[in-house]
Amino acid sequence: MSVTIYVPRDASALSLGAESVAQALAREIEKRRLDATIVRNGSRGMFWLEPLVEVETGEGRIAYGPVKASDVPGLLDAGLLQGGAHALRLGPTEEIPYLRNQQRLTFARVGVIDPTSVASYVAHGGFQGLRNALSMTPEQIVQAVIDSGLRGRGGAAFPTGIKWKTVLEQKATQKYIACNADEGDSGTFSDRMLMEGDPLSLIEGMTIAGLAVGATQGYIYLRVEYPHAHRALKEAIAAAREARYLGRDILGSGRHFDIEVRLGAGAYVCGEETSMLESLEGRRGEVRVRPPLPAVKGLFGQPTVVNNVVTLGTVPTILHKGAKFYQDFGVGRSRGTLPIQLAGNIRRGGLVERAFGVTLRELLYDYGGGSATGRPIRAVQVGGPLGAYIPESQFDVKVDYEALAEIGALLGHGGIVAFDDTVNMARMARYAMEFCALESCGKCTPCRIGSTRGVEVIDRIIAGRERERNLRQLEKLCETMLHGSLCGLGGMTPYPVQSAMRHFPEDFRAPVK
Amino acid sequence: MKALDPTQRETVNRIIAQHKDRPGPLLEVLHGVQDALGYVPADAVPLIADGLNLSRAEVHGVVTFYHHFRHAPPGRHVVQLCRAEACQSMGAEGLAAHAKKRLGVDFHQTTADGKFTLEPVFCLGNCACSPAAMIDGELYGRVTPERFDELVKEWEGRP
Repeated sequence: MSVTIYVPRDASALSLGAESVAQALAREIEKRRLDATIVRNGSRGMFWLEPLVEVETGEGRIAYGPVKASDVPGLLDAGLLQGGAHALRLGPTEEIPYLRNQQRLTFARVGVIDPTSVASYVAHGGFQGLRNALSMTPEQIVQAVIDSGLRGRGGAAFPTGIKWKTVLEQKATQKYIACNADEGDSGTFSDRMLMEGDPLSLIEGMTIAGLAVGATQGYIYLRVEYPHAHRALKEAIAAAREARYLGRDILGSGRHFDIEVRLGAGAYVCGEETSMLESLEGRRGEVRVRPPLPAVKGLFGQPTVVNNVVTLGTVPTILHKGAKFYQDFGVGRSRGTLPIQLAGNIRRGGLVERAFGVTLRELLYDYGGGSATGRPIRAVQVGGPLGAYIPESQFDVKVDYEALAEIGALLGHGGIVAFDDTVNMARMARYAMEFCALESCGKCTPCRIGSTRGVEVIDRIIAGRERERNLRQLEKLCETMLHGSLCGLGGMTPYPVQSAMRHFPEDFRAPVK
Repeated sequence: MKALDPTQRETVNRIIAQHKDRPGPLLEVLHGVQDALGYVPADAVPLIADGLNLSRAEVHGVVTFYHHFRHAPPGRHVVQLCRAEACQSMGAEGLAAHAKKRLGVDFHQTTADGKFTLEPVFCLGNCACSPAAMIDGELYGRVTPERFDELVKEWEGRP
């Protein structure tokens, strides 16, 4: 019987040489006339072990990593196909503590299946949620999502079911599902991993959303920086259409839903939902004034569900296993699980899906293993460029929406970027303002002008010019941006700036070099 | 700026025709033009405006809003270096300084031999393998200055 070997096609794995590993394996298999098949899976999300090669054996999947192309002949000599002993052998994949100690619901199939094979997806529980949804009324589907407690995983954490209910209640001849795949936050890559590793779950989630609110057309607004995800999505959409899970008359139900992928063009602000809708319509990505909400007047003026990739990718689990199953995970008002991303200066960077309530410290040290450089972790930024910097003294905070809000931070899209003690927090505050100035859509003054002034004021502080006066000025500027901006870009840039000033004041008063 | 040659003009018109009946086609058209020509020539703007029944100002406004669209032809290879926080935590600033020196250009510039254009980028989604770079759509992780030099050598030889 042919042995199955898995080599990821995930972009991060490829960035570390997975393609040459796959090619070397194919060459050796051919040369040695071995009966083996290579499947290009997603990543398990343990990036310090990538490229991670797995082989299917009688005792389950055995992992080897990190594998270089030059390791391949030696691995085969050592009996790779039988899971043989080798210095790179990591044992059964699922037993690696990093993975074993996770609660993977949304990411259950990522790294496990062949991402663009409908058969592989179905064999692992795929499309069960859609089948259930097809036998439910729209109201029942929406109620299930409300009962699950699912909140928007893009960052805003708005209850998904409530949003769907608003769209369902609108009278319109055309409604849309718009998936926000403009994952621009530094330190986040869960959308990318899901789209590359299990794109059919997103397709299924969007289709269920369509059935729930009466939409027949979906758009995925994908950032242009993700060409690998783009390829995976296109292949998966074609495969789903071919198998009648997408398109006209889904599984003979008489219901229609189709999806088109549209590419962004390198504007961070287009991750803001109204800016994204403008961009999808082919215009400058300028933020719209709300109300009206997109749920009432969204894409092309029609009622539109705007949800993030991970949010929509979680919907099939809820419809398959039930609202209660999902709701049983988590704490307080943060229900379910969150795919957390450990990034930056961290020894074991990757994806950790856990129920809400795990602490930052557990994530950084138990999973992450401390900094990559071996120096103390001085600060982490949670929630992307608009997220607060958190000092070591607050690492016992629980990762849930409310607990982070209580310490003046935010969870955002669940990215955690670690910095060691060489970081200069005044420079990071300056960068936050610089980034805002660069990415501002220009529609509102506090963001457009405030960010540029912010860079100048911080430059004066760093240069030691009238420090106290400029520090007060910076506080005032932050307050203006916080309260006066139209959207989160200008409105949240003060988070990293003010948290850096609050927790690391010494960096703003350092002697001038 | 030199005018579009007949082949370029034909390409732009073909791309307009491909997309013009789809909803909200402008970004799709601009992507098509840049993918085909390497940039969005100023002389393509009136053609696109006519084809999509938009004003030139509207098209110009969109082209200039998005960082992705280039206004001049790039070098043979486009090197993007991530400048965002996760990459900064692992030395992206030092890498950028090294890359500028190695290539002899600043960001948004093309080397004198026309081989490389250097661009900043804000996040490639490779944040657990920082610092990250992308060359012509191929992603690289844990890019040290030495690794960068190897990549330049490797790509110099590519068409």
